Amino acid sequence: MQLGDEISLELNTRVRALEYLIQQKGLPGVVEMVPSYRALLVYYDPGVVGYDALCAALAELMSQVEHASLPPARTVELPCCYDDPELGFDLEAAATRLGLGARELVALHAGFAYHVFFIGFTPGLPYMMLPERLRIPRLDTPRTNLPPGSVGLGGGQCCIYSVESPGGYWIVGRTPLRLYDPEASDPVLLRPGDTVRFRPVDRAEFDRIAAAVQARSFRPVIQSEGASTAPSDTSPRKGCAGEARARTS
Amino acid sequence: MIRVLDGGPLTTVQDLGRAGHLRYGIPPSGPVDRDAFVIANRLCGNEDGAAGLECTYMGPRFSVERACAVAVTGAQAPVTVNGQPADRWTTIPLAAGDQVRVGVPRVGVFTYIAFSGGLDVPVVLGSRSTYVRGRLGGVEGRGLRKDDVLQLFDRPAPQARAVATPPPDTEAETVVRVVLGPQADRFTEDGVRTFLESTYEMLPQLDRMGARLKGPRIAHAQGHDIISDGTALGSVQVPGDGSPIVLLVDRQSTGGYTKLATVCSFDIGRLVQVKPGRTVRFTAVSVAEAHRLGAAHRTSLDTRVVGRGQPERQERP
Repeated sequence: MQLGDEISLELNTRVRALEYLIQQKGLPGVVEMVPSYRALLVYYDPGVVGYDALCAALAELMSQVEHASLPPARTVELPCCYDDPELGFDLEAAATRLGLGARELVALHAGFAYHVFFIGFTPGLPYMMLPERLRIPRLDTPRTNLPPGSVGLGGGQCCIYSVESPGGYWIVGRTPLRLYDPEASDPVLLRPGDTVRFRPVDRAEFDRIAAAVQARSFRPVIQSEGASTAPSDTSPRKGCAGEARARTS
Repeated sequence: MIRVLDGGPLTTVQDLGRAGHLRYGIPPSGPVDRDAFVIANRLCGNEDGAAGLECTYMGPRFSVERACAVAVTGAQAPVTVNGQPADRWTTIPLAAGDQVRVGVPRVGVFTYIAFSGGLDVPVVLGSRSTYVRGRLGGVEGRGLRKDDVLQLFDRPAPQARAVATPPPDTEAETVVRVVLGPQADRFTEDGVRTFLESTYEMLPQLDRMGARLKGPRIAHAQGHDIISDGTALGSVQVPGDGSPIVLLVDRQSTGGYTKLATVCSFDIGRLVQVKPGRTVRFTAVSVAEAHRLGAAHRTSLDTRVVGRGQPERQERP
């Protein structure tokens, strides 16, 4: 279902509200859903519900979206090391390209609250938009192997690579947290609708956190609004990603 | 217990896949040729979703350490037991110590091996399927290697030998049915006609993530990028070069290329068995027709296994 054709918080909020409505109603035949910027992909079992009947049920729910509630919001703090050329290897070049000093770029980047429009492409990768001043054309030649945790700027987007992948973003820093950890009971850290804030850390702290993450003793800072009422059906496991991970550590 | 003597280029443990995690970017995985996988299980007297092996191009070599049964389906790969040729699409009883080899297929790409009882690997996020890019499921989230040891669920081997009808030999062109959309309006009328009236050649990049095809350029009407949204099994993406890519079970959950059509799920298995260099044609059906065909397909699948080898009670020493 396409709800519009632009990238905006308002439209994305309606997409997530529609998904939440469908989850709460438990529409028969709906198998799973993938929210994105301005669309909701609904997988269904045609053996349970026909296409026309499902479309009618979805249209009915669409009419309720304006007044629908959203799952409780979370704010997730991601430590990020910017000022080490080994980690944020494009920081200086990106700052030059944008006509900023490196410190100014970091202040702008870490001072912004990023809305997670959705998770997609590779496991746990958040789609987030950059503040206007940091929008920058993608690199002409994509790099082949970017380490997970790399924080990149490209086009209007702020990307955090969740697995080792090729990419055309300017890498300005790296977070020691794992956005995707296949060995954790709940492998994905971020959720659609989360707010992400970057906290600048120096290399020593980056290394300390990375070691704690490796030892599974690090607990990410996650603020939940009304966490006790958090719906378990919006996550693959009960509870929040960080909490589940902390419990198993 | 199964001991892997040679894993082959990419042999992975699969069951029917993990649902519910696409919204976190984790694809369903599972067999790319679902029918062949399900039939292999039925030949062994298993549930449809028992974990078995999927082999890309060339199969593995393994030995079994206790009596069990296997069945090999999918691509036309030669099978030997202790060096002697064995039949595909039927139950193969094995004794302790038997060595099985699955070779390079003459026709087709993906071969399936089911084991009576099914493979006992840990369930990760609701499934035993391997997702190699995410290092998830199966054996340490990777393809099998020499010296890997796999356990089977303890279940007596089927006594009756079952036989399945293999799909018709597709030496000729494979015709695959699609439903047009969701972004068919982003192509010119000529572009859509080109897609439906031309033949497309399967490229060697065919893998569990997607099938790339080469053929007459499909013309876009208004640019090849969209605001990224969800991708379905069978989504036909057409990037700027005008060549179609059909997304499969290990696909990226979202993408920013225009999607001209969706291959019907019941034709995915036939599409992925098209060897690189061979050709495919696409033909459009309506949603209602696709559902009718899908229901008929499920029914026909039930008639393909004869003498389904349900395990009988057996005295074991």
